[in-house]
Amino acid sequence: MSLYKNLNKSTQKLLGTIGVILVLYIVMSIMEGTGNLSSLMKGLLVPVCAYSLVAVGLNLCVGYLGELSLGHAGFMCVGAFTSAFFSRATQEIIPDVPRFILALLIGTVMAALFGFLIAIPVLRLKGDYLAIVTLAFGEIIKNVINVMYVGVDSKGMHFSIKDQMSLGMDLDGKMLINGPQGITGTPRQSTFTIAVLLLILALVVVNNFVNSRTGRAVKAIRDNQIAAETVGLPVTKYKLVAFTLSAAIAGVGGVLYAHNINSLTATTNNFGYNMSIMILVYVVLGGIGNFSGSVIAAVVLTMLPEMLRGLSTYRMLIYSIVLIVLMLFNWAPAILKWREDHGLTTAAIVSKFKKKEVR
Amino acid sequence: MGFLTYLINGLSLGSVYAIIALGYTMVYGIAKMLNFAHGDVIMIGAYVVFMCMSNSGMPAVVSIVISIVCCTALGMIIEKIAYKPLRKATNLAVLITAIGVSYFLQNMALMIFGSNPVSFTSVIKWQGIALAGGALKITGNAIITIITCVVIMIVLMWFVKNTKPGQAMRAVSEDKDAAILMGINVNATISLTFAIGSGLAAIAGALLCSSYPSLTPYTGSMPGIKAFTAAVFGGIGSIPGALIGGLLLGIIEILAKAYISSQLADAIVFAVLIIVLLVKPTGILGKQIKEKV
Repeated sequence: MSLYKNLNKSTQKLLGTIGVILVLYIVMSIMEGTGNLSSLMKGLLVPVCAYSLVAVGLNLCVGYLGELSLGHAGFMCVGAFTSAFFSRATQEIIPDVPRFILALLIGTVMAALFGFLIAIPVLRLKGDYLAIVTLAFGEIIKNVINVMYVGVDSKGMHFSIKDQMSLGMDLDGKMLINGPQGITGTPRQSTFTIAVLLLILALVVVNNFVNSRTGRAVKAIRDNQIAAETVGLPVTKYKLVAFTLSAAIAGVGGVLYAHNINSLTATTNNFGYNMSIMILVYVVLGGIGNFSGSVIAAVVLTMLPEMLRGLSTYRMLIYSIVLIVLMLFNWAPAILKWREDHGLTTAAIVSKFKKKEVR
Repeated sequence: MGFLTYLINGLSLGSVYAIIALGYTMVYGIAKMLNFAHGDVIMIGAYVVFMCMSNSGMPAVVSIVISIVCCTALGMIIEKIAYKPLRKATNLAVLITAIGVSYFLQNMALMIFGSNPVSFTSVIKWQGIALAGGALKITGNAIITIITCVVIMIVLMWFVKNTKPGQAMRAVSEDKDAAILMGINVNATISLTFAIGSGLAAIAGALLCSSYPSLTPYTGSMPGIKAFTAAVFGGIGSIPGALIGGLLLGIIEILAKAYISSQLADAIVFAVLIIVLLVKPTGILGKQIKEKV
């Protein structure tokens, strides 16, 4: 216990979060093993981790870099499609385990590469202009994937942006990417265990990153770019590093997502603007700059509509009302003051729970 | 002739974008917030017109007036309930609330009208004109849309420049605190801005669905994003910028659809946007604001 107390605060918090994730993981695994988990919930386990990962990545961008990105679904998309493409193309050549590891690496690196390439021009912009360019980027990625046709047969790889016919493949050829139908038959290799491990790994990485020398520089740039420039920080370099890391983590989320479903398509709802917005909701609701909060918000908000499924058509309506009310409750100055007057601040509520635990 | 037809279609679509973009740009200029629910107000406006015309058999003009009144009221109510309490909170909090409102409107419409697309009867009965011996046909929809857009622009520019409330709007967008000191009612001004923006959204909804008659609860979201893009394209906060951005976006989209690839049209639109913003980071007519140290 004294060892725990000797650690600095952020490490303590990180260990706490990992503990909670592990407990949840064990509970879910037991429930799954005993058959107490509905099939809907079971299907959500890996996506929840994937969304959490993307949310952690976006939180690094929004909370520490201080730049609003509306295109993180785009990076997720890059990670998903490149890794699924690799897995599908080498399905017969490489055995399962090394293939998944390679796919994971490829998805992450490609997402990071895209993040890097996009960040070079984009980080010259500020605020809402940066937001709109990242949004545009996400839409472009989604659109381009929807017109890509790639197939492979004995003659090698075929590529077209028109349709399947124009590939001119042999009859025994295999379609890898089939335009709007996307990639089908990706091996379903991302299990809940792998997903949780990757999520914990990502949390450790970002936690170390924001407390590292680079991370502190990034925070300094966020708080006052001019001051940071004046003391000689290479602003562009640090911004690029943070943005690339953020994109890479989103890419990991994409890899998990892609290897959990049979047919991977790029639609507005899973990789478009709607997804980017969803992830942003997780980040803001979970607390900007608070990685554990992002994970909690992602878990709660993904599970919430499923739990409300009994209410059928009302569920998304309730979800939207909950979202608005929560935002007002957490951010409206008048309500915050009222909460302070009545001892209902977050800190007060949390401390009440803590005392109970000690007893 | 083909090119001219595409150009006119592009102008017509661009006019709709411009009218929607006005709502974004005015709200942004004055309240400094991105109103993501704006696209869904368009959808509600279109449904109101549809209900009035197809279900109650009212004439088109009356339906549009009713729709404008409904949307204006809706815009003001949204502002009062969801945005006003957050006026002093961070921009991001308001943004997420706007997204919440957007979800709310979509799901409300989904509950009331269902998810099946309804086919919208055009509010414009005029068939249009044929020029050059019938080689160039211009639809009534296109003509009326373009004219409406131009009229709205002129009226709005005059309103902002010459009337008291319009001047108040400019003052608030320039410097909110100074405007308060000058005795301007900032809350009322912001309310008015939302009212005008939402009223315009109703018109845009009717015009949009007259050209693209399939109406679903999600109809508003994509034109909403495109119009937002148009507003940024032209320089957000600037009324003529919204016009230029909207028209350019519409023309690029239609031409890309016609000559390059219909599936890649959106990607091309967004790519052009990125290039423009990289060359001119505040949009075409945007003001460069220097940060003071």
